[in-house]
Amino acid sequence: MGVHRCRRCTADSVINMRQHRLALCEVHFVEWVENITFSFIKKHHMFEADDRILVAVSGGKDSLSLWRILLKLGFQADGLYIDLGIEAECSYSKRSGEYVEKFAQDIFPNVKLHVLDIADIYGKTIPEMAGRRKGGRKKFCSVCGLVKRHEMNRVARELGYTVVATGHNLDDEAAVLFGNVLHWEAEYLLRQSPVLPADGVGLVKRAKPLARFYERETAAYAIICNIEYIQDECPFSVGATSLRLKEVLNSMENGSPGTKLQFYFSFLRAKEHSLLPGYSRPELRPCEKCGQATGAPGLCAFCRLLEPARAASRRGQD
Amino acid sequence: MVKVIFRNAEWQIPGNITIRELITNLGLNPQSVLAVRDGKLVNNETRLGNQGEVKLISVVSGG
Repeated sequence: MGVHRCRRCTADSVINMRQHRLALCEVHFVEWVENITFSFIKKHHMFEADDRILVAVSGGKDSLSLWRILLKLGFQADGLYIDLGIEAECSYSKRSGEYVEKFAQDIFPNVKLHVLDIADIYGKTIPEMAGRRKGGRKKFCSVCGLVKRHEMNRVARELGYTVVATGHNLDDEAAVLFGNVLHWEAEYLLRQSPVLPADGVGLVKRAKPLARFYERETAAYAIICNIEYIQDECPFSVGATSLRLKEVLNSMENGSPGTKLQFYFSFLRAKEHSLLPGYSRPELRPCEKCGQATGAPGLCAFCRLLEPARAASRRGQD
Repeated sequence: MVKVIFRNAEWQIPGNITIRELITNLGLNPQSVLAVRDGKLVNNETRLGNQGEVKLISVVSGG
């Protein structure tokens, strides 16, 4: 079989997206990604030109690509890097932070990058926080996600950003959906969306402008645009459920192109037509300690995570 | 023959197969990796050829 030509010109294509029956060259692929992102932002009313956007950047392909795209599209997008203290044998957090700083300095030197160190603020790294929990290492990813979501929202509120944007791609979203369907987690299913509105009790609006793209497309965008990013996986993600779910979905996609796309977007359409009637999202209220939104009475999950350390600290002071 | 690199492994592979065939022969899923030749992204239907080196990059991340 010969190399596919670009659908838009006569150049050799560099990527063939079988789910769209679309092969494109470098120039037209970059243009396609940016145009589709803009349309997706508009379709889901994610943000407008006058919004102040805080982009959560991890040093990976998705978040750095997102930051580049938003700046190219002319949005006001500053970065937030959260140092999680994951060093293990590969200095993962340190190297991730270096990629983010290099991106900010070399590619868009005039943008603002906020850097936050979890251990400096809370006295514990993410591995130390996860290690204290029942389930230990197995719970690592959920603790990490919880802390990141809390901190993104806290920083956005404190600094007056109107939207937090994250680099979740369609594979991330399809894997979460798959996991929630396997367990019929109705409340999580109702909450899953490319955009979550601000709720008035401390939750800043959240948007996922890349949720329209497969993971190999965001990686292709990063490679073509010469974005240097951390290619290693987090050392704690080995054996993670989300990776196993992605493997299953990719296996289905390979035999039947478009499976992931259809799975995710059919779900979003079904949700618009009252999927799971009788279930509703829990009412949110402010956490008694930090004031951020929570569905639980009393403390939010983040403050409950930190409470044993705070109690130990109080005992030490007595 | 062409040098193929994936993570910490290297192979010398005959150049008469496509990138897609290479990926499949290595037991990988074409959805999970991209191929880069001399720093440039290449389509999976491209033949390996007999010069330069091809690096396979995993695109799956998360946890």
